Amino acid sequence: MKQHTLSVLVENNAGVLSQVSRLFSRKGYNIESLAVGVTDDPSVSRMTILMVGDDLMVRQVASQLSKLRPVISVQRLDPGKSVRRELLLIKVKAETREKRDEIIQIVNIFRANIIDVSRSALTVELTGDAEKTGAILALLKEFGILELARTGMVALERGPITIYDDNKEKGEFNYGKDVL
Amino acid sequence: MLMKSTQVLFECLLEQGVDTVFGYPGGTILNVYDQLDGGRYGKKIRHILTAHEQGASHAADGYARATGKVGVCFATSGPGATNLTTGIATAYMDSSPVVFLTVNVTEELIGRDAFQEVDITGVTMPITKCNYLVRDASQLADVIREAFAIAAGGRPGPVLIDILKNVTSQTVDYTPLPKEEHVKSGRLAELAARRPSSGLKRRKPDEQDISILADMIADAKKPLILAGGGIIRSKAAEAFTEFAERIDAPVAVTLMGEGAIPDRHPLCTGMIGMHGTYVSNMATTECDLLIAVGARFSDRVTGSLKHFAEQAKVAQIDIDRSEVDKNVVTDHHIIGDAAQVLEALLDKLPQYDHKEWLGRMESQKDAPPKRESDALDPREIFACVYEQLGDDVIIATDVGQHQMWSAQYYPYSRPGQLITSGGFGTMGFGLGAAIGAKIGNPDTVVIHTTGDGCLRMNGNEFATEAYYHAPVITILFNNGALGMVRQWQTLIYEKRYVATNLDRGPDFVKYAEAFGIPGFRVTNREEFAAALKKAVGGNQGALIECIIDSDEMVRPMVAGGAPIDQFLLR
Repeated sequence: MKQHTLSVLVENNAGVLSQVSRLFSRKGYNIESLAVGVTDDPSVSRMTILMVGDDLMVRQVASQLSKLRPVISVQRLDPGKSVRRELLLIKVKAETREKRDEIIQIVNIFRANIIDVSRSALTVELTGDAEKTGAILALLKEFGILELARTGMVALERGPITIYDDNKEKGEFNYGKDVL
Repeated sequence: MLMKSTQVLFECLLEQGVDTVFGYPGGTILNVYDQLDGGRYGKKIRHILTAHEQGASHAADGYARATGKVGVCFATSGPGATNLTTGIATAYMDSSPVVFLTVNVTEELIGRDAFQEVDITGVTMPITKCNYLVRDASQLADVIREAFAIAAGGRPGPVLIDILKNVTSQTVDYTPLPKEEHVKSGRLAELAARRPSSGLKRRKPDEQDISILADMIADAKKPLILAGGGIIRSKAAEAFTEFAERIDAPVAVTLMGEGAIPDRHPLCTGMIGMHGTYVSNMATTECDLLIAVGARFSDRVTGSLKHFAEQAKVAQIDIDRSEVDKNVVTDHHIIGDAAQVLEALLDKLPQYDHKEWLGRMESQKDAPPKRESDALDPREIFACVYEQLGDDVIIATDVGQHQMWSAQYYPYSRPGQLITSGGFGTMGFGLGAAIGAKIGNPDTVVIHTTGDGCLRMNGNEFATEAYYHAPVITILFNNGALGMVRQWQTLIYEKRYVATNLDRGPDFVKYAEAFGIPGFRVTNREEFAAALKKAVGGNQGALIECIIDSDEMVRPMVAGGAPIDQFLLR
């Protein structure tokens, strides 16, 4: 069992998200993270789904997803061959100048930004992969995290390969949609 | 040209060649039904009003299975729509192409818990290939065209279209489009554009995959073929039989695969699984190569997955990639339409000879189990039906013991001859399905086999059978119990018969007669033969109630989840 990333192109319609998430709950798979956003084509959204499972399970999910009418393409992303990023907004308790200075130092080391300051709290913006976000959260925890919002991981395959490229596996996943 | 959206709806059905619709009207769908008042659509499309929406859903399904065409079923909003759901799920599990059409409340009432409002697209999401909510009349033609293509295409299945009531009173422009052109317009064209390499045409199976399987077959000493319902849906029975003969391998058949190869073909070893034959189940354990064609390894087929075909390499041919490695982990798979894949394989395969292996299987064929009871023997009932009607018969079943007997004892010779709720196991499926099958095949004798439990559920469809003169011969196996459940109680629950005793009427002969359908009660083979002759000759449908011993069992039997070569009953 390891973590897998699926990138899914879907029609940008109401109801698609519930169809996709229902599939996971019906099959008993857990979504660790789900990020959705519109692509360069406004009629198409891209979902990035992180799930834990074995290879067979992930293929099963990918093929089940491919059967859904609004799903355009499904790509399994190999962690070694893809770039993954997540955006975090972290509101940290900072009631004294010393604390604020300390937090600012940490933020600088992680190349994060402070995007809001008040007398008793700072809001930090950080982009990174799981390792980096995990590390800063562990450090900031000591100061007291008041609130945390994260976008969920997004990912793209390295190199020129895209989700639009066809391969044999995708052809098989989509075969049932060939209606003629 | 400008026309009412309800006219567009019927024009689109005519584009698809629809001439029969099963359904049940109600408040929201009245604009649609209004178009059937004589006129162009009333003349061209026959509407069959059933007793219950569930009956309509099963009838449309049975019609689709018996004709190979897409079935069509109408219902109103709310309870009308939810009454379809059992029928939709039944069609979904058995890959039967049906377009369900419902009309919801008007746009301004949506989401306000209006009278008879239900989110039926939400409800049916997991039991349809896809569904649509039409909020705008200009989309209607496009949606209907896509719905039919999706229902019939790929792995077939049900599709639901829910239309808002206000849409059904709109006027909209309609451009006639012959069916062949649909893929070039609207949503289907968009779908095709996303699949540039295939353009929505079924791609030829991968040549390398074909070669790999051909090599596996060459290496096999004890190959076994598993025939599933995909062969029926793909109309691949001929190629399949040739394939089996070429490999010279025994063929085990799933419930949905009945008819893929004639039961009396020397290579056919009969059904596999929980109520499979001894030889089919043993062959699965002993074989060194298992080739599944259009079969999805249901738990009723495999029993314990760990022990299933333990010594064999498993190759799977299926149209749906998500069926591969879902239950049984395979060594090789070929994705494609069964007919196409089998044709491609036949081009590559020499004639094999597995005399020794086949001889060993032949020697294991079980003799019929000894009868302990003098009561009417289910096996004899089917023998008698075959004697009188031969191959020109369609059998639609309900679910339970009689369903298994129907599968085991009748020698099917062609696809589509057995219509049964295999995946979903829907009690009450049979009568509606039989009526649908009869309406689709008016010249073929249609038999409906049922039990007293099932007939109690949806026997109200006798009204439909009689009114539309769709004569179906119902053979009722009355054992005064929910036989299959009772059988489990006998074998697994130490005869604690809780809630399975049905010894409480009605008088089924009188019940049928109340609908104008002649009824017969028989207790032995001679009476049955005479009643069947009368029923066939009368051509007005009939009920033949066969009194069966309540301890009659389906044999053989393997307990659920056990290895399929370990029989609880032989």
